[in-house]
Amino acid sequence: MNLPNEIPGIRSLFMCRPETAAQLDTLVQTLLHNPHPMLNCGERELIAAYVSRLNTCKYCCNIHGSLVDENQLGDNSEMIIQVLTDPETAPISNKMKALLNIADKVHTSRKKVTADDIALAIKEGATDMEIYDTRFIADAFCMYNCYVAGLAAYQPDDVEQFIDEEYSTASF
Amino acid sequence: MPHINLPTEFPGIRSLFMYRPETAAPLNALVQAMLHNPHPTLSAGERELIATYVSRLNTCKYCCNIHGAIAQHQLGNNAEIVQQVLADPETAPISSKLKALLKIATKVQSGGKNVLPDDIELARSEGATDLEIHDAVLIAAAFCMYNRYVDGLATWQPDDAAIYDKMGEQRAREGYLTPPYKVVSSQ
Repeated sequence: MNLPNEIPGIRSLFMCRPETAAQLDTLVQTLLHNPHPMLNCGERELIAAYVSRLNTCKYCCNIHGSLVDENQLGDNSEMIIQVLTDPETAPISNKMKALLNIADKVHTSRKKVTADDIALAIKEGATDMEIYDTRFIADAFCMYNCYVAGLAAYQPDDVEQFIDEEYSTASF
Repeated sequence: MPHINLPTEFPGIRSLFMYRPETAAPLNALVQAMLHNPHPTLSAGERELIATYVSRLNTCKYCCNIHGAIAQHQLGNNAEIVQQVLADPETAPISSKLKALLKIATKVQSGGKNVLPDDIELARSEGATDLEIHDAVLIAAAFCMYNRYVDGLATWQPDDAAIYDKMGEQRAREGYLTPPYKVVSSQ
């Protein structure tokens, strides 16, 4: 497709189809940025970055990985790399590990989240809403990743400039 | 049995929408923009066929049945064409352009990176515009999300074809933003 070449990733797609961009923006704003009674923005961004890494979507993984830093988890780039490499050995709560395990199952294949996965998350203190939203974030990011890949949108290696310019106000 | 406690009088995605209205609003608005709102070149029926076909590839009974019913009502109550597309788009009585768009949607369903330049070229040679290609990819990616969402939380999915026909007729007429029918669960 002919996409604006000065804009990377999903933003270039949004510019060519504003009618659907508005809905996709509102969805990610609701999932990741709006106040949540239990999961802070950083935790939700971490789920989004992890799923994007599993889907090998460079743009989404880098952007959302950086937004973990921006949102309430402080300057934790080492922790983020550890999560992206192996959540089990990363310095995060057992609840977060159980939620990332569910996100992993959502990404891997449909219908593969087992009752054991849910039970483990509940045992580690996760609520229905946290489980629900984790699955939803994972599911939605499979869509965003697929959208970016399916239309071969431009994905720069250096995303820092875009984060600084566009996302540092921490709102979608 | 759903994995979380859901209202029992609404099937499929509607029960999830009731559970979490904050996320229901953008999901409804997205499907309305993709499938129902006026489009310069693709009819609502054609877009519903893409959604139906992707839902079948994902074996999501609820989404395939409801969007198949909506497609049927958008296409002049033509159930035959929906069944033919689901059986084999290549031999179905649809345009070569729509066949090419369904091929792109099939690639998206198997993974966004599987869409190759040849797939795009084929669609262009059949007259598809950038906007049509964009929308085929987005509808397919979004329906993989909706399908996983419905199946992943093990929602109630009725078997009764009459329920889907009634809901499909309503959605074809009203779009996605009006309240759903209550369907009493036998569970």
